[in-house]
Amino acid sequence: MKTYRTHLMLCAGTGCVSNGSYRIKAALEAEMAKHNLQEEIAVVMTGCNGFCAQGPVMTVQPDGIFYQLLTVEDIPHLVEEHLLKGRPVKRLMYTPPDAKAPVPKMSDIGFFRKQRLIALRNRGLIDPEKIEEYIARGGYRALAKALSSMSPEEIIEEVKNSQLRGRGGAGYPTGAKWQSAARHKSDVKYIICNADEGDPGAFMDRSIIEGDPHAVIEGMAIAGRAVGSSNGLVYIRAEYPIALERLIMAIGQARDYGLLGKGILGTDFDFDIDIFKGAGAFVCGESSAMRASIQGEPPEPSAKHTHATEAGLWEKPTVLNNVETLAVVPEIIWRGADWFAGIGTEKSKGTKVFSLVGKVKNTGLVEVPMGITLRDIIFDIGGGIQGDRKFKAVQTGGPSGGCIPAALLDMPVDYERLAAAGSMMGSGGMIVMDDETCMVDVARYFLDFLRDESCGKCTACREGVDVMHQIVSDICGGKGKEEHIPLLEELGQAVKDGSMCALGGTASNPVLSTLRYFRDEYEAHIRDRHCPAAVCKALITFSINPEKCKACLLCNKNCPQNAISGEKKKPQKIEQEKCVRCGVCRDVCRFEAVTVQ
Amino acid sequence: MAKLRIEDLEKITDRMRKVMSLRDGAGRAKITVHMGTCGIAAGARKIMSALIRCVDESAVKDVIFSTSGCAGLCSREPMITIELVGQAPVKYVDLTEDKAKRIFTEHILNGKIVVDCALAIGSEQTL
Repeated sequence: MKTYRTHLMLCAGTGCVSNGSYRIKAALEAEMAKHNLQEEIAVVMTGCNGFCAQGPVMTVQPDGIFYQLLTVEDIPHLVEEHLLKGRPVKRLMYTPPDAKAPVPKMSDIGFFRKQRLIALRNRGLIDPEKIEEYIARGGYRALAKALSSMSPEEIIEEVKNSQLRGRGGAGYPTGAKWQSAARHKSDVKYIICNADEGDPGAFMDRSIIEGDPHAVIEGMAIAGRAVGSSNGLVYIRAEYPIALERLIMAIGQARDYGLLGKGILGTDFDFDIDIFKGAGAFVCGESSAMRASIQGEPPEPSAKHTHATEAGLWEKPTVLNNVETLAVVPEIIWRGADWFAGIGTEKSKGTKVFSLVGKVKNTGLVEVPMGITLRDIIFDIGGGIQGDRKFKAVQTGGPSGGCIPAALLDMPVDYERLAAAGSMMGSGGMIVMDDETCMVDVARYFLDFLRDESCGKCTACREGVDVMHQIVSDICGGKGKEEHIPLLEELGQAVKDGSMCALGGTASNPVLSTLRYFRDEYEAHIRDRHCPAAVCKALITFSINPEKCKACLLCNKNCPQNAISGEKKKPQKIEQEKCVRCGVCRDVCRFEAVTVQ
Repeated sequence: MAKLRIEDLEKITDRMRKVMSLRDGAGRAKITVHMGTCGIAAGARKIMSALIRCVDESAVKDVIFSTSGCAGLCSREPMITIELVGQAPVKYVDLTEDKAKRIFTEHILNGKIVVDCALAIGSEQTL
């Protein structure tokens, strides 16, 4: 290996790539060549660092200096000052929302400091396209341990004792699943990695595959050894191009090194991995629908008379594990079950990756120990609400999850408590909402998503979700009736009871959980024809406060409907019959004179 | 590519140690080359290259590099500061490539301070 004095760890996760990290790379290399630094300093493209809101981000090692929101124009100054002259550039460092001075070191930034990384242990530290870097960080030693000094039963026992539960949604104990598949004798068994991540706003699986594909491969191989399978399969959506590319590359490298294929690491264990590209239907994340999809049938769930671990894909014993679950397996095997079981709460062990999005300052990907409170996640790591507005609710668990109100901010996060609060862990999406979010509108959004994604097999889900969507749309549109609320509750229960798979079984959660905590908002829409958050267009009116209006005419000029009139130097007025409530006038007004009711 | 055996994993890890210790920012020895305008004018870049070559050619894997601005003693540039873990930093002044190589061998590899090139042990007090 050639010696470099500095590594520039530049993020190449999807978020930072969209924000131009490859352009930054080109600029860095061109600028370093100018100063003849290319032999001393290397640019390393890493996986997602999680701090997506501040992208493109880059850490300069070994100094540990963290730069953010980089642009091509910043690079000449950065190279000359920091890389040549050793003076870190304060202007490009991260300043936390409530601080005055920038924080130079990544390890001192609150967003990173409070996280505990197991599934994301290599993020930002390795180039995911180089297997040697994964190995150098301890990669594949767990597989070596499992193959050389553990029996399949011991591997299963270790995973059972760690109390690891599936990270994809339902939280089924991973060890028990493996044990069941191991017990069933068969010439062929399958280990499937579920990378069909479909929740709006969730990107933890994508990030893990992009940033550390070998962690998933190693986890699958260990699972294969444990249950006696030689056939691995990753079901991944085709619209994850970077993840797909790196996964294919990683599988190729692992084969070259004999870490996949026949006689792995000189033992008698054979295991290889195929990739199946999904077309992005939400329902394909459900196990029986995924099986149908792989078998070339319409992706519809089917009744589960037998467990997949007995007769799954092609009627063979099948283990289906989520990406994150598989990524933590090597660490459990290497460090032992007690270590993992020592983290978290009574029934939820270890850590969980959440994608923190919505009206929060630091959007991104965070990994925290189970049992941390929502407040810690949203305010300490997330930095609070954008514009310092009031926190209203957090939606967890994706479309099938629910909204948790401010009163429960101090609730520790684990599988049981989220379920008790009417939501769920799901795959770990967290959408933060402020007081400008209308909860009825949120329910409408998720119902619209589920209405599209319902496969249509069960009448209750196909028709019920559609009718619920129609009712909620009517409420948002000012056509709500008193009897709508009890009807929604009844319908919600019927959809729950009458659907075969988890998509239908949880499809009413967005409505039921918002009704549970925000019934007053539904009532305001229906009784008072009023949207408290001023979101639902049919229920709001824009007006200009004549006392605040300075007659700058900015709103007048910008209104796309020409709905604002008024003489020069006189307060302006909105003609309600022309107004389409687009909000442009409020956005352009510098004097907060436009009010919404 | 040769198929790996279990013991090969450790060999790769060992080969990569140089790279990985740099990313952890934790080395046994840290070399700071002073790269102010004065330092660069006096030849600090050559000193840096010479030291990187030394690390390249030797078997050590836990030496990390850093750069800093002007240390205030412009007339004695090029300067470097060597910090071994658990020991006070040592500043070396008036360096040439040959002196830098000697410092690398004697101080970093063998732990003996090169007295005739050293300015001082320890660093200035800050606040």
